[in-house]
Amino acid sequence: MDMEQGRQLAQSFDEMGGPGGDCRPQYRVIRSWLDGAESELLRLKREEAEQLFRQIGITFAVYTEGGDPERLIPFDLIPRILDGQEWDYLERGLVQRVQALNAFVADVYHEREIVKAGKVPEALVLHNESFEAEMQGFTVPQEVYTHIAGIDIVRTGPKEFFVLEDNCRTPSGVSYMLEDREVTMRLFPELFGQHSVRPVSHYPDELLETLRSVAPERCSGEPTIVLLTPGQFNSAYYEHSFLADEMGVELVEGSDLIVEDAVVYMRTTEGLRRVDVIYRRIDDAFLDPLTFNPDSMLGVAGLMQAYRTGNVTLANAPGAGICDDKAIYTFVPEMVRFYLGEEPMLNNVPTYNCAKEEERHYVLDNLSELVIKLVHGSGGYGMLVGPRASEAELGEFATRIKAKPEAYIAQPTLALSTCPTFVDTGIAPRHVDLRPFVLVGDRVRVVPGGLTRVALREGSLVVNSSQGGGTKDTWVIDLPEEPSS
Amino acid sequence: MLSRTANNLFWMARYMERAEFVARLLEVALQMSGMKSREGRTEWNSALIASGCEAGYFAKYDEVTARDVVDYLARDPDNPSSIYSCLSTARQNGRSVRTALTVDTWEAINGTWLDIQVAGRQRFAIENLDNMLSWVKRRALQFNGAYNNTMLRGDAFYFCRLGTYLERADNTARILDVKYHVLLPEYEQVGGLLDYYHWRAILRSVSALRAYHRFYRDRISPWNVAELLILQPQLPRSLRGCYDQVTGNLDLLAGQYGGQTGECHRLAGEYHARLRYGRIQDVFDSGLHEFLTETIDRSIVLGKEIQRFYLM
Repeated sequence: MDMEQGRQLAQSFDEMGGPGGDCRPQYRVIRSWLDGAESELLRLKREEAEQLFRQIGITFAVYTEGGDPERLIPFDLIPRILDGQEWDYLERGLVQRVQALNAFVADVYHEREIVKAGKVPEALVLHNESFEAEMQGFTVPQEVYTHIAGIDIVRTGPKEFFVLEDNCRTPSGVSYMLEDREVTMRLFPELFGQHSVRPVSHYPDELLETLRSVAPERCSGEPTIVLLTPGQFNSAYYEHSFLADEMGVELVEGSDLIVEDAVVYMRTTEGLRRVDVIYRRIDDAFLDPLTFNPDSMLGVAGLMQAYRTGNVTLANAPGAGICDDKAIYTFVPEMVRFYLGEEPMLNNVPTYNCAKEEERHYVLDNLSELVIKLVHGSGGYGMLVGPRASEAELGEFATRIKAKPEAYIAQPTLALSTCPTFVDTGIAPRHVDLRPFVLVGDRVRVVPGGLTRVALREGSLVVNSSQGGGTKDTWVIDLPEEPSS
Repeated sequence: MLSRTANNLFWMARYMERAEFVARLLEVALQMSGMKSREGRTEWNSALIASGCEAGYFAKYDEVTARDVVDYLARDPDNPSSIYSCLSTARQNGRSVRTALTVDTWEAINGTWLDIQVAGRQRFAIENLDNMLSWVKRRALQFNGAYNNTMLRGDAFYFCRLGTYLERADNTARILDVKYHVLLPEYEQVGGLLDYYHWRAILRSVSALRAYHRFYRDRISPWNVAELLILQPQLPRSLRGCYDQVTGNLDLLAGQYGGQTGECHRLAGEYHARLRYGRIQDVFDSGLHEFLTETIDRSIVLGKEIQRFYLM
């Protein structure tokens, strides 16, 4: 371990040990279990877990050359644990944030009050790559745009939670949350006996309820819901088929759907069948070749017309991805105040906007201490972690930022919290983040927990699965009341 | 059910069946290797012809050698009918309709594919062929057992069965056709040792050697072999046995879908009637080869009609 990494880990909050190195109450059972478990047993359990994942076919396609095109996301055996009170606070903050984001998207495509009030610059909205002019002036069912949101949260201390980014386009990862739980329960049933872990397995039911509640007004009776996937070569295909299966809805590809007289149908063995709600997992640009990308082979010609006619609901709504923009992100606390009249419960990570001259100078002067991200990037691609970068990389990013400042933002390198993780050398702390999933329909639904991603390489802060990150089961446990001393 | 789903189920089952068929062909070839037939063709030639891989093989190789045929039919990913390709295509079809499969069915098909991924080139070599072929047969049995025992008796199941039996009928017709020269009556007088081994090989390739003795209690004769494999309703790989299932499952589909039938139902029924009421004498009189070629052509047309009616 070099000096830099040592400093990084020493500064980090460990979720098991806490600041004092004692064991925090929510980890007591796990701690004593880990103390008693031989490395050999853990190794066996890890093999067993890998076997289970392979059997059920959970793989993740990663777009790099060579290697196994269907590899497993590494799964770490040791659960990450939040206590009920921590979670309840987080949950309220998540509901608040997603409500504000939804109100923002509705506003963006109607009156743009927040722009008129001078809170968000007009250019940032209108010239945004994710802004869909098609959506202007059209009111979506139940006025919901962000039906499924994944909010990435990092932690730096016992009460210090920050939102790292919002994912309102087509967030993925929820199947790993569900399967990680499934596998953990199969591997360690005895641990569940000793904790009251809040369940997550009803997520597909909640998702189905959410989608049902946003059926078009003119749909009478039970709506027909489908999940639209780009197909089996998409990296998240496993998740698409998993969710469709769990909800009992058809998993369709673009070629399974056809639009006639502004009504969407699917081709079945018994002829055409009308479709009311589409949970789409393909990007805006590919939805409808008539409206967006004319070369799209994935979409359905005429879909947008059917949508605008009110014959079908799309979840998430096209154009909701504007919330994912990292420049828009800096305004979310302002949105909470503006639309809800409340103080935000979850803070943003301080963010420097390279488009602003003063902030750009600061960023360029302090590159080696900052994390640089592309405004429109995702998945950990094209980012720079200053403290880990070589001189050459720093120089290269400085040149890029000067050439196209509006494409970059910068954030301080946060000392992400760590959790005990089983690695080759034994049990060691590794940095984690958390992606809870928030569902918005007739009401807001959140299942307790989310997907914990862990950076498996020592000292690494990048948790993305495309960059060698793994996942952990995430427990929200209710501790028995302790007599106050 | 989505038409695409039905299509994937149908082809998943067909490709698993085809993988097993190619394994059976290679098994026979291996047992018979060394013996030359009258025309100087070896069993390796027969395997290439029966699997429809002859043209593809000769585009790649100049002459027939055991090693090359085994590689081409078992391992070669460029040959769409190799065992490897069949298992991979079956799995791809299964993967895109996982929601329509039971866990056991998926695990059978996915487990097979994972196993074959780790199997290196060595495992497909002729020295290991016997082991490898029994493995393929076992995996095919596991797949058939899994889907037959766990899937709901509904359209998804019927489409799988349709795929299995249409492919099987086609395969039985192909293997008979390749060997029809030893079944032709004009050779009956010859009846030498070589023919005897050929008949046994044909029977074994469709798991019918014991059945033969049970039904005929007699020396193996070409007439009886043909009758058994074409008309015997009790034999699960006979043309008659397969078409019982093809028409039966088409009727079940029509029943589930409110009685709607199409050209595929008529075609299957017409051919089924011929197998049901036909006599082996008539088959030989009009020419065994002609009969079998027509069977293969008809199964292609029937496949297209099923495609048109249900799968697109």
